[in-house]
Amino acid sequence: MKKLRIILSPLIVVLLISIMIGMTIRPGADPAPLPSSIPDDDDFGSIVDTVNEELLLRRESAGLDELQRASDLTVLRRLSLSLHGTIPSLEEIRQFERVQQTASESKPDLITRWTERLLTDSRFSDYFAERLARSLVGTDGGQFVVYRRDRFVDWLAEQLESHRPWHDITRDVIADKGLWTGKPAVNFITAGIAGDDLDHEELTGKTVRAFLGQRIDCAQCHDHPFDDWKQSDFEGLAAFYGQVNLTLVGIEDKSSLEYEVEDHLSLETRQVAPAVPFGLEWLPEQGSRREQLAGWITHADNRRFSRAITNRIWALMLGAPYYSNISVDDIPDPPEKTDLLDLLADDFREHNYDLRRLVRVITATDLSRASSQSSAETDQEYAIHKEYWGVFPMTRLRPEQLIGSMLQSSSIKTIDQNSHLLFRTMRFFREQDFVRDYGDLGPDELDRRAGTITQALLRMNGNLTKELIEANPFNSTGRVANFSDNDRECIDNSYLVCLTRHPTADEMAFFENQLAELKDQQRTQAVVDLYWSLFNSLEFSWNH
Amino acid sequence: MEPLNLNTSAMTRRDTFRLSAGLGLSFLLPAIDLKAAEKRGIERQKSVIVVWLAGGPSQLETWDPHPGTKIGGPTQSLSTKIPGIEIASLFPQTAEQIHHLNIIRSLTSKEGDHERGTYMLKTGYRPDPTTFHPSLGAIITQQAPNSNLEIPQHVSFGDGQWPARGGYLGDQYDAFRIYDPGDGVHNMTMRVDEPRQKRRLGNLEVISRAFEPNRRPAANQSLHRKTLDDALTMMSSEQLEAFKTDDEPESLKKSYGDSRLGRGCLVARRLVESGVRAIEVSMTGFDTHANNYEGMQTQAEILDPGLSTLIRDLKERDLLDSTVVMCLGEFGRTPNINPLDGRDHWPTGFSCLLGGGGLKSGVVIGETDPSGDQKDPKGPVPVENLFATILHQLGIDYEKELITPIGRPMALAQGELIQQLL
Repeated sequence: MKKLRIILSPLIVVLLISIMIGMTIRPGADPAPLPSSIPDDDDFGSIVDTVNEELLLRRESAGLDELQRASDLTVLRRLSLSLHGTIPSLEEIRQFERVQQTASESKPDLITRWTERLLTDSRFSDYFAERLARSLVGTDGGQFVVYRRDRFVDWLAEQLESHRPWHDITRDVIADKGLWTGKPAVNFITAGIAGDDLDHEELTGKTVRAFLGQRIDCAQCHDHPFDDWKQSDFEGLAAFYGQVNLTLVGIEDKSSLEYEVEDHLSLETRQVAPAVPFGLEWLPEQGSRREQLAGWITHADNRRFSRAITNRIWALMLGAPYYSNISVDDIPDPPEKTDLLDLLADDFREHNYDLRRLVRVITATDLSRASSQSSAETDQEYAIHKEYWGVFPMTRLRPEQLIGSMLQSSSIKTIDQNSHLLFRTMRFFREQDFVRDYGDLGPDELDRRAGTITQALLRMNGNLTKELIEANPFNSTGRVANFSDNDRECIDNSYLVCLTRHPTADEMAFFENQLAELKDQQRTQAVVDLYWSLFNSLEFSWNH
Repeated sequence: MEPLNLNTSAMTRRDTFRLSAGLGLSFLLPAIDLKAAEKRGIERQKSVIVVWLAGGPSQLETWDPHPGTKIGGPTQSLSTKIPGIEIASLFPQTAEQIHHLNIIRSLTSKEGDHERGTYMLKTGYRPDPTTFHPSLGAIITQQAPNSNLEIPQHVSFGDGQWPARGGYLGDQYDAFRIYDPGDGVHNMTMRVDEPRQKRRLGNLEVISRAFEPNRRPAANQSLHRKTLDDALTMMSSEQLEAFKTDDEPESLKKSYGDSRLGRGCLVARRLVESGVRAIEVSMTGFDTHANNYEGMQTQAEILDPGLSTLIRDLKERDLLDSTVVMCLGEFGRTPNINPLDGRDHWPTGFSCLLGGGGLKSGVVIGETDPSGDQKDPKGPVPVENLFATILHQLGIDYEKELITPIGRPMALAQGELIQQLL
């Protein structure tokens, strides 16, 4: 594999270049137009207002100042990163700025309409499918004979693309039957097959984490030390998977099977009947055990279900779960009094578990448009700002966001479905190594982390950085260096391409001065160096 | 926070070093404290190597076999150089070295889940949603740093899922990870000449000046500047050689074994020689729910040469008295053999090896029931005691309390000293 990679590496670069030639000479297809309205926008404003009020109360309870508003371009960058895993292209920024000049007073506002455009782009379905897959099946390859992660992710992307409601997706994932290739939802089950057997405990733990947002894994050996989960709760839930049967036609349910556990203390085997720890009335009487479990989990009164996905989408959009000091799948039990998660979760449920609606509401809040700048001067103050959402929190880009941003920065045009071949080929060879070296957190990707030395080395000296920023006639460095009208425009373009913002007056003066004396190759080198510096800035590798 | 300093006249030692090295003036630099590095025996500043067996190794197929019993399975035992003590016959080479360390056969923990167990065995604390505890290596490097180092103080080899972290001490104490040890550190060469590199770093200062105002705490916590600075220091450091094994004799490399674990153990020894304080060498594949015996045979073929050569090599170089070596995983495995010929998670009565660093040697602590009827071992050693003992042995006051970011005082380690080893 390594040799193949060495042989193919130069080919990839050639491929990259030829596709970029294709892209640059492709007749200037108009970018997708901006939608003038959003679906069900009649009650949209009221839920956004309600959430804003709740957030205001939360800030006030900690004595925090008003939120500072971020620039539109900053918000644009965040949205692209969260919904497509990459930064906006220069082409998109230019389009945005053109519309901005004419549409400042429009309703719904420009950012909301731009969000809608990002959500209708198939890049959203592809990108979110992978994010959701991480919570459902993790990142391990599993047993290839019975488990096809790629099919599962493609299937999820299709469900998202066709606007399938989340509770329907959930039911398929838990209860579908058939082969992992033909009925890709069952890969959720087969991912838990170890040896020839289903690991019921692992599957149960994963089900509760992914769909109820809580961790009960440790209750498989003893009662949960902090929450109300008992070992018997865990076993009762695991028993819903007790009739799963792996056959030649795939995953089936065999009614003669019973779930058995071995007692960790007495070492004796005993049968366990399926049982739910709460909400017995939500359990359907009909259907296979897995269908019953799915019915119970997705029951409209099961607040944990909507809260869990709401919290996950919140974390994907805002960089941290709503209860930001706690892991995304360790949400406290639903409180007696409605909290913000409930407000959003209720709206989500009332709108037929529509994930796009949830994204729209979250991204329309004041918080999503707030600046990552704040008055916090110490770590303690900043911790309070983060906990009470008095600031848009800064989070490190995940490896796939960083590589997506680096690739996008190397092109003026948008890298999208029309250039998927480039993207996928490039990723096939590059992503595995890059993501591993950069440090992929797998299912824990929403945990907050600081930067590492390894990452700094990879960005500074790695092959990918060098290949992407070395100027050629087709990449953005070459084009910005050679086709900008003057030095000011060249500097401005470099900033927009890499940081999605214009340079400050000080920055402009500094770099104008740097470029002033230089000609030809020396000037191009200076632009390459500017790109390197932008790539290596905190601003580039963090979401803010 | 230390700025890059390229645009100021106040040069730190690091900057001087970096600049001098870049200009070929490294002969002007004071020699790195060679005397400290050359010290041997008990005089030397102490380090810790943790050989981490991810997945939960079976005590019955390693240091606590019970051949011929219902729970023993097909595993046989063999004599060691500790009189009367036998270990699994899968470890013939370790049997020859194990008397330099000690065996604890009665560790107890309350965590039977991989992630929680790993947390417990790497930090000495049970997971707690309100605090994130630092790992042993992080505590050591924070409490007793080696100021002469230009390479990371805390290093983790291998691809274990939950490497040692800095916890509430901060991400800067996270272990520096190398997945595949032996061929140095990747991406260490800058791609342009010195003047251009200087220009690039100067640009970076200008860009951060525009971004960082009103984001100071977030910028500090990102460690962006610190990691960049550390990376630059590393790039020009001769200590990087410690990560390479080119100049090691072939016979020694062969003895460690050409595996991630073997190479990791060899590089761990080299790092100890350079003064690195805390090293973790991880090996995965111990979660033997099915085919435990075959699985452990494969694992032992890798672990036995690596671990035994590490002990021998440290001993021969007179480094063992200053290097604590601990070999363990997140829990042990059930005495009972399941229908898949596997063993499941068992956080009660499992084993570890611990020794070196001036601890006693050849001591065996605790006993498990050969019939498997008694769950609790004799002479139980709570996992917490490992941490108290190791920190104490390194001259760190393990009872000292630090204030966590949420203002809660927290002792470096809970638990008590294992008196039999002192």
